[in-house]
Amino acid sequence: MRAAGVILAVVAALALQTTLARFVVRGTVAIDLVLVVVVYVALTSGPATGLLSGAIAGLVQDALSTGPILGIAGLAKTIVGFLAGVIGTQFIVSQPLPRFVVFFGATVAHAVVFMGLYTVLDRIHFGNPTAGVAAQATANALVGVVAFQVVELLPGAVERRRAAKTRLRR
Amino acid sequence: MALVDIRQRSGFLFLGVVLGHVLLISAQVNSRSGVPVLEAVTFGIFSEVQRTLSGGITGVRRVWGSYVGLRHVKAENEELKRQLADAQIEMQQQRALADRARGLEKLLELRDHLNLATTGAQIIGAAASPDFRTLTIDKGTRDGLRPDMAVVAPAGVVGRVVVPSARSAKVQLLIDRNAAAGVIVERTRAQGVVVGGGEDRLQMQYVSEASDVAVGDLVVTSGIDTIYPKGLVVGRVESVEKNGPAFKRIVVKPAVDFSQLEEVLVVVTPTPAKDAAAGVSE
Repeated sequence: MRAAGVILAVVAALALQTTLARFVVRGTVAIDLVLVVVVYVALTSGPATGLLSGAIAGLVQDALSTGPILGIAGLAKTIVGFLAGVIGTQFIVSQPLPRFVVFFGATVAHAVVFMGLYTVLDRIHFGNPTAGVAAQATANALVGVVAFQVVELLPGAVERRRAAKTRLRR
Repeated sequence: MALVDIRQRSGFLFLGVVLGHVLLISAQVNSRSGVPVLEAVTFGIFSEVQRTLSGGITGVRRVWGSYVGLRHVKAENEELKRQLADAQIEMQQQRALADRARGLEKLLELRDHLNLATTGAQIIGAAASPDFRTLTIDKGTRDGLRPDMAVVAPAGVVGRVVVPSARSAKVQLLIDRNAAAGVIVERTRAQGVVVGGGEDRLQMQYVSEASDVAVGDLVVTSGIDTIYPKGLVVGRVESVEKNGPAFKRIVVKPAVDFSQLEEVLVVVTPTPAKDAAAGVSE
């Protein structure tokens, strides 16, 4: 059941990513929604689920991209998923600020592995990606923190609203 | 104890998955020819998801548009509200039709101007990763599309077909990091190669320091790469700088606004080089 939920979340992120990317293809911050989902899954479900969801999501992302090598994003997301899962089990990551730091760090780590491997294999040269990576890390972190808040607060808010309606009827 | 087991297991799992990826990457680095089967199959399946999603989003947008239109006239009386809503919806439809007709008219003009066999296609999706610039179109091998066919818009060159599936195809945009095209400066015929950088500008490389290139010059395809037909607009020179003793550093602003694309033309005319590469015998 949980595995189905994770797969569904990854597919939804990929679908959303491919749909939204055509509207922000030019000159805007490119959010990696798939990475956000992988880190979210890793923080909530642990390193094993994190690394598996990272591997699957990354491989699919590789297969759908024009990158010359299949597996680079898979490897990057596997490492990030595992590390985020380990952090989630070793530290208390339940406040927005620590979560922001984890999402930010995960994006930077992903970029280091992804761009590093392509550069080492001499396939793509990324120039100076510092500003782009920083912007993407900030955007990913904001989306991740908001996602956590929404998932945690939404059921309570719905319940309160239902209770208020019941009181009014009486 | 159980926690230690889980941790150990996830460690082994991590090593196994990483090793699998390393082997996968190594295999590709050793043999660089052709599209991997996994890539083609995954793309074929996922393009159907993109097609469905694109249809769903169009439906949702239509419903949302109607809802907004109705809210806008809520203060009016019922009769007026209905009439106004009808008129607004009709006007929007007419405007959308006019916009679409204008877009198609431009595509038709381009088709006549190109004097090449082309097929129109609609964009149904974009890249799965923000690191690569691709689009998905609703035409595929069933419509005669093959890898390396040029994709153009009224404003200029869009990119090339990289992975065609039966009913859709992935198009690599000219601004993708892996994209390149042979070009010339229209005014002086100075030759070079434009390469994408993943951003919204192109770099024109291998232009001799002695060449006459100025800001504002029009850059068009040279046809030398056998992918893009000769004379298609690529963009305009935005800046020219010295880059060492031999070459200039030239930045080109693409003529096409890649975020505004809705329809494109795919040049389906085969070239001898494409046929030779595909092993087709006439």
